[in-house]
This record gives sequence, C-alpha cells and structure tokens, in this order.
Amino acid sequence: MSKVLMKGNEAIGEGAIRAGCRHFFGYPITPQSELPHYLAKRMPEVGGVFLQAESEVSSINMVYGAAGSGVRVMTSSSSPGLSLMQEGISYMAGAELPCVIVNVMRGGPGLGNIAPSQSDYFQATKGGGHGDYKLITLAPASVQEIIDMMAKAFDLADQYRTQVMVLGDGVLGQMMEPVELGEMKEVEQLPKPWAATGLRGRSERNIINSLYIVPEVCEELNQKLFAKYAEIAAKEKLWEEYQLAEAEIVLVAYGTAARICKAAVEKARANGIKAGLIRPITLWPFPTEVMAQAAITAKEFLTVEMSMGQMVEDVRLAVNGACPVHFYGRTGGMVPTVTDVLTEIEKLAGGDQQ
Amino acid sequence: MIKEVFKKTSVLTDKPFHYCPGCTHGIIHRLVAEVIDELGIADNTVGVAPVGCAVFAYDYFNLDMFEAAHGRAPAVATGIKRSLPDRIVFTYQGDGDLASIGTAEIVHAAARSEKFTTIFVNNAVYGMTGGQMAPTTLLGQKTTTTPQGRNQELNGFPIRMSELLATMDGAVYVARVSVHNAIHVNKAKKAIKEAFMAQINGLGFAIVEVLSSCPTNWGLSPNEALKWLEENMIPYYPLGVFKSPAEVD
Ligand SMILES: Cc1ncc(C[n+]2csc(CCOP(=O)(O)OP(=O)(O)O)c2C)c(N)n1
Ligand code: SF4
Repeated sequence: MSKVLMKGNEAIGEGAIRAGCRHFFGYPITPQSELPHYLAKRMPEVGGVFLQAESEVSSINMVYGAAGSGVRVMTSSSSPGLSLMQEGISYMAGAELPCVIVNVMRGGPGLGNIAPSQSDYFQATKGGGHGDYKLITLAPASVQEIIDMMAKAFDLADQYRTQVMVLGDGVLGQMMEPVELGEMKEVEQLPKPWAATGLRGRSERNIINSLYIVPEVCEELNQKLFAKYAEIAAKEKLWEEYQLAEAEIVLVAYGTAARICKAAVEKARANGIKAGLIRPITLWPFPTEVMAQAAITAKEFLTVEMSMGQMVEDVRLAVNGACPVHFYGRTGGMVPTVTDVLTEIEKLAGGDQQ
Repeated sequence: MIKEVFKKTSVLTDKPFHYCPGCTHGIIHRLVAEVIDELGIADNTVGVAPVGCAVFAYDYFNLDMFEAAHGRAPAVATGIKRSLPDRIVFTYQGDGDLASIGTAEIVHAAARSEKFTTIFVNNAVYGMTGGQMAPTTLLGQKTTTTPQGRNQELNGFPIRMSELLATMDGAVYVARVSVHNAIHVNKAKKAIKEAFMAQINGLGFAIVEVLSSCPTNWGLSPNEALKWLEENMIPYYPLGVFKSPAEVD
C-alpha cells in the first residue's frame, strides 16, 4: 500500500469517514479548522452530511439529534468551543447517546491563544459538564495513530452507548506525516434498536431523554452508568510502554508531550540513565495498573504535560506513594523541548551522569 | 343509533396531562396530535419536547420522541432531520425556551430553512419555574421577577417572534393563532396542519405561534385567563398568517 502525506486534522476527518461516520456538525475554531474544511469537501463525496452550525452549543445539540436517530456522528472543536459543548455532552451522557467529539486543545484559560496545549485534561477526563459521568478519552500521538484510532473511537461509542473524546493539540492537528490509509471498506455497525426514528410499525415508542424526575430513578441511572464505566475501565485501557524494562526514572506523558519525552528518554539512555516512558493512550480509563507496577522498581516518576499539571494527579493516585512523582510542565501554548525534559531527567538522576 | 362525535386521538397516550386546570397546553397538544393523525404520518414522525411546562410532552405523544436541553430543540431537530430526511420532525417549545435561551437556535434553523415544523406556545410567562418574566411578557405585566410590572427601561420590550421570523427568507410558513375560544381553536388546528403540510411538501421551515394561557402564574381563573389573553395579548400579538408557501414561490 502506498503512503500519503496528511495533516493531523485531515487525518481525523478521513479516519472518521473510514469508520462509517457520515454526519458532521461543527463551528470553526483554530487550530482544528482544517478538519471541517476537509469534511466540507469529503462528506458530499461519500454521500454524507456536513453542516456548519451557528455555535458549538448548536453543533453538539445537532449531534444529540443525529446520535438519537441512530447514525454515526462527530463534532470537533478546540478548548473555548469545548467549554460551550459541555451542556450537550452532559445531556448525551444522561441519554446514553454514542458520538465522537474531537478536541484539538489550545492555550487557555479564556480566549487564551491558538498555540498547542494540554490544559483541558480535567474537562476531558473528569466529566466536564454537570452531573456524574465520564467520557472515554483517546489521546493519539501521531497522524497514523489518528487514522487507526477513529475506527476504535466510533466502535467504543456504539458498543457502550457512550461519548468518546479524541483529545489532540495544535501540534498534532497541524503536523504532516506519511500515513497508510488502507482500503475503503464498508463498516459493520451495531444495530441501534433504541434509536428514535419514527415508529415505523414498532409498537413500543423510543424516547431519547435525560430527564429522571424521581430521585430513585435518577440514582438508578447514575448507578447503571457507573457500572458501565467500571466495565469500560476493566476492558478498554490502552497505553504504550517505551524502554520501561528496569527503568529507574519513569516518565508519563501523552500526545505531543509523549513524543518529546520519547526523544528525551532515548538521549538519557544514551547517557547511561535508565529512563523509560509510559504513554497513556486512553486518558480515561486511565492505565493505572502499569504505573503501579512500574512504581515498584522505579526510583522516580516524572510527569510531563503541556499544562500546569492535571494528569499528574492521576499519576500520583496510580503510584499511590510507592515512589516520588515529579512534574514538569509548560503552559499557555508553550511546548517543552527535548533538552528541557532531559535536564529534568538528569536532575532526578542526581546530576552525576553528565 | 349512537353517533360518535368526539374521540381521543391515538396519537396521544393514555397518560393524564400534568398541566394545571385551565391551562391551554393540553388543547394545543391535542391539536398537534389530531393533525398528525389526520395526515396519517404518526408512524413516520419524530417529536422534540422542550424544557418548560411541556417538558413531559414525550410522555403524551404516542410517537418516537426526544427531550431536548432548554432552548436547543431546533438544533436537535436539525440533527434528526439531517439524519433521517424522510421523517416528519416537529418541535414543541414555550416562549422562554424559544424566544430567550434558544433564540439563536430558532433563528438559524429558520435561516437554513430546516425542513421541520415548530409549535411555539406563547403564554407570556415562564410557567414551570414560577412565573418569571419571559421575553414575551407584556409591558406592565406583573410577574415574579417584574413585581412592579414589566418596564421597558429595565426589562426591554416584548419580542414578536412571528414577525421577526417572517422576515427570514428561510421561513416558508409563519402564523400566529390563539386557543382562547372554539372558533380560534379550529383556526389554530388549520394553521398547524398547514405547517405540517409545508414540511410534507418538502418546502422548508414552518412555525405556528399559539397564544396560550397560564392561569396559575397570571393569578387568574381559567375563564378570566382566556379573557385576559384575548384582551391583552392579541392586541400586542396580532393573529394571522405572516408568511405562507404561496407567498414564498
Ligand atoms: C439551561 C437551563 N436554564 C434554566 C432552566 C430552568 N427552566 C426550566 S423551564 C424554564 C422556563 C420555561 O418557560 P417557557 O419556555 O415559557 O415554558 P412554559 O413553562 O411557560 O410552558 C426555565 C428557565 C433549565 N432547565 N435549563
Ligand atoms: S404553570 Fe402555567 S403554563 Fe404551566 S401548566 Fe400551569 S397553567 Fe400551564
């Protein structure tokens, strides 16, 4: 198969189409706009629907309507837009509607800037809107991984009737890499007998709803959701290990930060420091076990993020005091360099390896 | 021989309405259901309920239904209709829902001429949350958040949504009706049918604004409320067809 050169944002779009998604609703925001540009052209070619909504509030509610009528549907945005979508995402959690939401993160808070960031981790992994709920959050680190991950995202959404967020950042969205697309295939999709599509001879009505006015019933919904989340946590954790065997200094990073850390680990190893990396691919469910395991033999953990430190809280919970967890982060759209991270590793190694 | 002169339509479930005595939400539900029945589209129709007193509309319509977030019904209906273009889709929304929190959604659905039908229930107040001012509350009208009466300096002017939406190229049918007496109930039904016909004929966005009573929050008896509607609401919200498909083409 020949390879093609693709931008990360475009790969999200092509990956979604190859995953059988034919409905996209969105509102422009940098640094993800190449994705709607791509789909505006590509959706009509495959008989799909591309609609530019009047706001992110509307986009996500269009997604609610489409998901409830049983189709594979996606929206995408960047940080300030994601804040606006939280209302709809919470309603979708309550109504158990499957969809894929892409967040190509930028610097914040507020209008922030359009530079890459990872400071929406809390919003992505802790629910984000009102009420008790969680999203499956996938964090790709390369353009090829994006392509392959989109199919996974839609399958997980349908399988668990849940919302799946693909969490990237401005670097991933903008970078170009060669990718293998493979053949365009018809996607097998799960039937959705619960969808509200008009009765069409069905005797039982289908209702898409998140209103549970009786507290007992609302609690029951919450318990049902959390039983489902427990099943997801048991079955769907994904991560990548790099040079982890006998690592004394274990780095934890995802997405773009993980690519930088990989290079830093390589350099550290060349300098005789036993460094290794755990890259969570699912941010929720968080791959805690691999961290707990690594913490038994590691001397130090180092979490690297493009934020003031959000994932580090989950790493500390996973390590549970077995060894110290340090943090290095840049924020506001600043990207850490390999040298920055290497310096942090060397500090932890005691500075005697230089 | 016994002749049946009135029968409950099968498009309504047997669940008793929760509406206050004398509230006209119930009449409007029945009109929508009868129209769907008479057009023979029940098997192919999807409804979207609002947030407001009609929040349980999904329990009453014997159809596949969605419950939308406050004001977002037009966006939800857009998502449904764009996914299932051969279904008949309608939203049922109050004035707080449609003319306040969801103004952007309704205006843009009309601008895009989304092919669904909106039933807009204007009772000049927020019923469900305790009688607060709505965008449609009349000047001088007392509500729980305008205890001295709505004052244009403080609270702005009431919005005439039908007139506003009728200016939009994408709206193909816009009418305002009332349900304060039998004659107007019949006219309201006719307008609701027109609005569904516009969708069945694939023409575009159609909306019927129905002036409705809220005896509970207006502090009036059901009969006084209907009289208040006629004497106070109709002069500010004139009835009529603001736009019809004939005008459009
Ligand atoms: C986001 C959000 N804000 C506020 C509310 C509270 N709320 C529920 S109903 C309502 C007003 C509804 O009024 P209207 O649409 O006029 O319908 P009515 O009750 O008069 O039929 C409000 C403000 C809510 N449910 N969601
Ligand atoms: S509060 Fe008003 S609008 Fe709501 S059900 Fe009662 S009378 Fe009707």
